[in-house]
Amino acid sequence: MQRAYIPAFIARQPWGVILPLSALVTFGGAVLYSAAGGHLMPWALLHVVRFVVFLGMAMVVARIPAAWFKNAALPSYALLCVLLVLVELLGRVSGGSQRWLNLGFMQLQPSELMKPGIVLVLAWFYSVLPPSEIRTWRAIAPAVVLLGLPAGLVMLQPDLGTGLAISFGAVVIMFLAGLPLWLFISGGAAVAVAAPLAFFTLLHDYQRKRVLVFLDPESDPLGSGYHITQSKIAIGSGGLLGKGFGQGSQSHLDYLPEAHTDFVFATMAEEWGMIGGFFVLCVFALVLRWGLKVALNAPDRFSRLLAAGMVTTIFFYVCINLMMVMGLAPVVGIPLPFVSHGGSSMMTNMLCIGTLMAVDRWSRAPGRTLR
Amino acid sequence: MRQKWSWPWSKPAKPLPVTGAQLTHSFERRTFVLGMAQAGVGMLLAGRLTWLAVAENAKYRAASESNRVNLTLIPPRRGWVIDRTGASLAANRADFRVDLVPDRVVDADATLRTLSQLLGLTADRVSDIKDKLEKARGFQPVEVASNLDWDKFAAVSVRLPELPGVIPQRGFSRYYPTGAAVGHLVGYVGPASAEDYEKERNPLLITPGFKIGKDGLEKHFEERLRGIPGARRVEATAGGRVVRDLGTREDVPGSPIQLTIDAGLQDYAARRIGLESGSVVVMDCATGDLLAMVSMPSFDPNSFADGIGRIEWKMLSEDDHVPLRNKVLRGLYPPGSTVKPMVALAFLEAGLDPEASVGCAGGLRVGNRVFHCWNHRGHGTTNMSKGIYQSCDVYFYHFAQQIGMDRIAAMARRLGLGQEYPMPYPGQSYGTVPDPQWKQRKYQKPWAIYDTVNATIGQGYMLVNPLQQAVMASRLASGLQLTPRLLMDRHAPRAPSLGIKQEHLDIIHAAMNEVVNGRGTAGKARIPVEGVQMAGKTGTAQVVGLNIGNGKGGLWKHRDHGHFICFAPFDKPRYACAVAIEHGGGSGAAYPIARDVMTYLFDRAKAMEVLEGYEAEWGGDVQQRMAAKYNAYAAKFGATAPKAPDEEQAAEAVAADNTPVAEPTAAQTDAAPPAPEPEAPPAPAETAAPAAAPTPAAAAPAAPAPGA
Repeated sequence: MQRAYIPAFIARQPWGVILPLSALVTFGGAVLYSAAGGHLMPWALLHVVRFVVFLGMAMVVARIPAAWFKNAALPSYALLCVLLVLVELLGRVSGGSQRWLNLGFMQLQPSELMKPGIVLVLAWFYSVLPPSEIRTWRAIAPAVVLLGLPAGLVMLQPDLGTGLAISFGAVVIMFLAGLPLWLFISGGAAVAVAAPLAFFTLLHDYQRKRVLVFLDPESDPLGSGYHITQSKIAIGSGGLLGKGFGQGSQSHLDYLPEAHTDFVFATMAEEWGMIGGFFVLCVFALVLRWGLKVALNAPDRFSRLLAAGMVTTIFFYVCINLMMVMGLAPVVGIPLPFVSHGGSSMMTNMLCIGTLMAVDRWSRAPGRTLR
Repeated sequence: MRQKWSWPWSKPAKPLPVTGAQLTHSFERRTFVLGMAQAGVGMLLAGRLTWLAVAENAKYRAASESNRVNLTLIPPRRGWVIDRTGASLAANRADFRVDLVPDRVVDADATLRTLSQLLGLTADRVSDIKDKLEKARGFQPVEVASNLDWDKFAAVSVRLPELPGVIPQRGFSRYYPTGAAVGHLVGYVGPASAEDYEKERNPLLITPGFKIGKDGLEKHFEERLRGIPGARRVEATAGGRVVRDLGTREDVPGSPIQLTIDAGLQDYAARRIGLESGSVVVMDCATGDLLAMVSMPSFDPNSFADGIGRIEWKMLSEDDHVPLRNKVLRGLYPPGSTVKPMVALAFLEAGLDPEASVGCAGGLRVGNRVFHCWNHRGHGTTNMSKGIYQSCDVYFYHFAQQIGMDRIAAMARRLGLGQEYPMPYPGQSYGTVPDPQWKQRKYQKPWAIYDTVNATIGQGYMLVNPLQQAVMASRLASGLQLTPRLLMDRHAPRAPSLGIKQEHLDIIHAAMNEVVNGRGTAGKARIPVEGVQMAGKTGTAQVVGLNIGNGKGGLWKHRDHGHFICFAPFDKPRYACAVAIEHGGGSGAAYPIARDVMTYLFDRAKAMEVLEGYEAEWGGDVQQRMAAKYNAYAAKFGATAPKAPDEEQAAEAVAADNTPVAEPTAAQTDAAPPAPEPEAPPAPAETAAPAAAPTPAAAAPAAPAPGA
C-alpha cells in the first residue's frame, strides 16, 4: 500500500478497516435489497449512500488533532446532556416516550450520540487525572456522576438498551483506566444481587415481559416471544448455505419482524446461511481487532482510552444484537452496526470508526500530535 | 506519561504512588483481557450460529415451512341423494360465497357495512349475521352470502385488503331441486356448530363453506355423504395474504344414496297437498318401496343451508300447520274408518260369513249407551261389503262385540298398525293398537265393551301415523308382509306372505273398489285413467267432542282429520297410498289428493293438468307461495323480527314440535263417529251437515273433550 505511485492521502488511509467495512456494508445493502423484495428502495440504496457519506465524515474526523478532541470533550458532553433533558421535556409535553429531536433534515437521537460522548468525556477525565489519584475516590466519584447523569436520563425515556450501552462503555473505560480490580468484582457481585431487585421494581412492565419471554420464548408465541421464535426459525432454517438470495420466506412473508433493522442478521442468515453469518462475524472480528491494535499503539493515555472505548461501543452493539437475534439475550432495540438500516446507528458507528482512524493517525505521526 | 515504552519494571511497593507507566501497563493487560473476552463472545456467537443453522436445521426448516405454507381445506362435495330413477333430490351446485372468520375481523361493523353495500344485503340479513358473529367462537366461520353472481363476488374480492377476516371463495353448495318437497324427507345441511366441533375435533368442520347434515337423511348418513376434503397449499404472509398457489389436491366426493322415492311423485304430492296441513305416503305393493313420503307444509332446505334467518324462523314457528314437524312419522291420528277393511278382514279370519247382515237403524245400544252410526237415518240391512263401502258403523259395532277385541288387535298389528319400522329418522311415533291387556297395563282398568266399539271405527285409544296407514293399505292390497323401504335395494328378498286367504282379500278388495267405483263413500275418487280402478277407504277422525264442534266447520283446529287409504289397480295392486289431512273437515279433504297422486302414477299429463288448475286458485306453487309469504313477513317485520335461534335451539324447537302427540289419557268415547261425505249415489239425498248434529244420546255420556 505504500507504493510510490499512490497519492500519499490515499495510501495513508487505514485500508485494513475500510475495505472489510465496505464489504460488510455492501453485503448489508444486498440483504436490504432482498428484504425490500428485490428493490433498491427504500433501504438498500440509502444504506450504501449513508455509509459513503459517513465514511467521508469519518475521514474528516480522522484529521482532527487530539487537542481538539480533548477540548471538545466536556462541552459536547454538556450539550448532549442538555439535548437529553430537552428530549425528555418534549416527550412529557407530547405524551409518551420520545427519543429524538426533529431537526427538520433528520431525526437526531441524542442518546445515540451519547455512546461515543461518554467514552470521550471519560477518556478526557482519566487523562487529566493524575496517575497517583487512580486508587482514590477522586478517580471514581466524578466518573460515576458523569455516567449517572446521561444513563439516568436515557433510562427515564425509557430506553433500557441504550442506557446499558452507555453504562457498558463507561464501565469498560473505568476498567481500562486502571481502577482497582476489587471495585469491578464487588460491583459485579452487587449487580448480581441488585438485578433481580431492579427487575421487579425499576423495569417497566413491557421490559419485564421481554426478559421473561426471553427466558422462555415459547410461553408467548404470538406476543413478545414471537420475535425471538421467528428470528431463530429464520436463522435455523437457513442452514449451512442459506435458502439463496431473495429466497428467504421468513422475511419476505413478514413472519420476521423488523427484518430490515434489528433482525437484519436473521434476514441475512436465512438467505446466506451459516457461511454468511461467519462472514459478518469475521468482518466484525477484523474491525474490532484493528480497533484494539489502534488502542494499544495509541500515543498517550487519552487516545488509548478513547480508542478502546470506541471499540467497546461498537462491540457492545454487535454483541447484544447478535445475542438477541440468536435467542441469547432479551429483545432490546439495538441494531446491528453497518448492516441494519438506520441513520442514527450508522452515524454513531462511523463516528467511532472515525475516532479510531484519528487515533491511528496520531500514533503514526507522533511528532505532530504529541505534546 | 513519557515513559511509554519503558516497561516492564518490577512491581512497585504498594504504598508508592501509582505512576503513568504502571497505568499503561495495566491498560495493556486489561485491554488484552477485553480482547480475549470479545473473542470469547465471538466464539460463543459462532457456536450458537452453528448450533442453530446446522444441528437444529431440520427443526427450524420444518417450522419455516409450516409458516410459509398454508394448508386450506377444500370442503368435499357431498354425496348426492338420488331417487329411484337417478334424478337428484339433493345435489351440489358450484357457487360463489363469502364468509367471515370472526377471529380475523378487525372492525365488525365497518366490515359488515362495506359488505352489505357490496352485496346488497337486507337489514334483517345483516342483523342475522351480527347475531351469529356474536355467538361464533374463534375460527368458526359465519356465512355472509352464498350463491352470488360473479360481479358481486368480484366486487368483494377486489376490496379484500381493507376487509380482513372476509373470505370469498368458489365452492359447491347443497342444492335441493324440489325444495320444500324434500325438506322432511332429506333434511338439510348447515354450518357445524361449536358442539359438533367439540365432538369431532376435525379442522374440516371450521372450514368456511363446509356444511354438515343437520336433519333427516343428511344427518343420518353424514359419514357416507361427507366425502374426503381436498386441500389447497398456498404460500401466505403472516397477515394471511396469499402470495401464490403451491398445488391443490382434489376432494373426493361423498358416496351417493339412492332412495326408493320417485322424485316426480314426491314433488307432485307435495304440491297437491296445497294449502292443507297433511301427509301423503305412496308405497310399492310388490316391494314395500316408498315412492313418496311427503309432509306439508314444509321448510325449504335450500334456505336453511345458509342458516335460519329471523324472518324465516318467525314465519315457520308461527304457522299453526307446524311446517317443522314431519307428519308422516311423527303425526299421530285416530285412523277413523280407514281401519274398517282391516276389521272386516279380522271378522273373515274369525269365520264370519261375509253375507251375515245387521239392520242399521242409525244407532246401536251398547250397554246403557246408544252408539250412533254416522248416518243417523240408518243403512238398512248391511252386510260386510256394504259395511265397508257405506262405512256403516253399526255393522262393525255389532260384529266386533261378537268377535272380540283381541282378534281385531292381532289383525291390526299383522297389517302394520302400532308397529315400528327401521326408518333412518330419529324420534318416530308408533301409536297404539289398544287391546284389553294394554288397557290394563296402561290404565289399570278393565277393557269395556264400548272400547271395542270405539276401536273398530278407529277412534278411542287407536292412534296411527300415516306411514303405518300406508303399510296397512299395501298389506291389504298385496297380502304380503311388506316393510316400508326408503333405501334402494334391488336385491332385497321378496316379502313373505301374511298368510291371509286370497278369497278373504278378494272380498275386501271388492268392497274397497265399491267405495270408489260403486255405491261407496268416495265416488269422486275415481281415477280418470282408462282401465285402472282404484280401491280405497275413507276415514274421518274426530278431533274434539261433539259438544265443542261438529267437525266440519268452525275453528280450523277443531275440524275433523280426513283420511284416505287406497291402492290401484284394485284387481292387481301395484301402488298403495295413504293420505292424512289434519283438520281437513273429513275424508273429503283427503281422497281427492289421493286420487290425483295415484293418477300421476298412471297418467302424468292428466294429473299435472288438474294440479295446475288448483295452483292457479291457490296463488302459485309451493315455492311461489312460500316466497310471497316470506316477502309479506319481511315487509311487515324486517329486521325487527326477534333473533333466530342458533342451530342448537332450532334443533330443540324442531324436536319439541316432533314429540309424539300425547296418548289420550281418557278414551274418546263419543258415540257418534263423524260422517264421511255421503257422495255415493245410493246415499240418501242429504248433506253432511246434519249428520253429526249433536243428539242428546251422543252428548249424554260424560264425554270428556279428547286431546287433539
